[in-house]
Amino acid sequence: MAKLKIEDLKKIKERIHAETALRDGSNRVKVTVHMGTCGIASGAKEVMDILMSEIEAAAVSDISVTTSGCMGLCSREPLVTVEILGQEPIKYEYVNPNKMRQIFKRHVLEGEIQTPFVLARGAEVVK
Amino acid sequence: MLELALHILDIAENSVRAGAKTIFIDIAENRGKDRLLIEIRDDGAGMDPTTLKKAMDPFYTSKKVRRVGLGLPMLAEAAERAGGSFTIESREGAGTRVAVSFGLGHIDRQPLGDLTGALMALIAGNAGVDFVCRHECEGKVFLLDTREIRNEIGEIPINHPEVMKFIRQHIVEGLSGIGTEAKKLLSS
Repeated sequence: MAKLKIEDLKKIKERIHAETALRDGSNRVKVTVHMGTCGIASGAKEVMDILMSEIEAAAVSDISVTTSGCMGLCSREPLVTVEILGQEPIKYEYVNPNKMRQIFKRHVLEGEIQTPFVLARGAEVVK
Repeated sequence: MLELALHILDIAENSVRAGAKTIFIDIAENRGKDRLLIEIRDDGAGMDPTTLKKAMDPFYTSKKVRRVGLGLPMLAEAAERAGGSFTIESREGAGTRVAVSFGLGHIDRQPLGDLTGALMALIAGNAGVDFVCRHECEGKVFLLDTREIRNEIGEIPINHPEVMKFIRQHIVEGLSGIGTEAKKLLSS
């Protein structure tokens, strides 16, 4: 049975502490991958995989990732919402791993909205 | 949905929406008995008996944004197709338990698929929820308990990229250590 390597975790903790001391700790961007049954069935997990590996590769720690449920537009899944602090959220439709990579590199990192993939601007109203 | 890992992800996301704080995912492979068991338990809001009865109806959902709820029926169908069974138990205010079994060697059993990815998506996407995943295979056990990790890292969020990298490594090593057979597609 694989044991949790507590020593490694302690090292990670120290490293993160040293690094977060240099910035204020708040997240600059929030990325939401919609993970309802419809999203999962149309590839949201693959989108999430790419998003996580891009974040790891870019070595940025001011981006938060969350999942949310279905918002009723199942036919346009996978949906991803990118919300840069202080800006209106942008919803992307029919996201696949390649689009996710582009959205991450151009929008999340550089702030340039990827208009061809956009479904809507603004937050959905959950009833 | 073509992989059991995706079903697990879907059912566990239900638990998250039901306000669960800790979600248990148990997977057990038994080659001698030719059985694959998957169980997802949560401490969420649960359902009253009337709702529970309706939960298996594909045209019932608790959501207001659409009129179908396919997650549970699709998992039940996947189990029945592979010579297995499906049970769901729930108590209002206590939580819900979904247990499914499959014929491990059944030709129509979906492959377990990318369990690592499913667990990573759950942990990264729901930083406030704890996941305890136990995968047993022929007496060998892999255990991932995010509560243990949280104890060590203190106030650092569990979905910090460095911590996630550590968790991924832990899952990959752990799963390869137990020699799971359920991952494979039987026809290949």
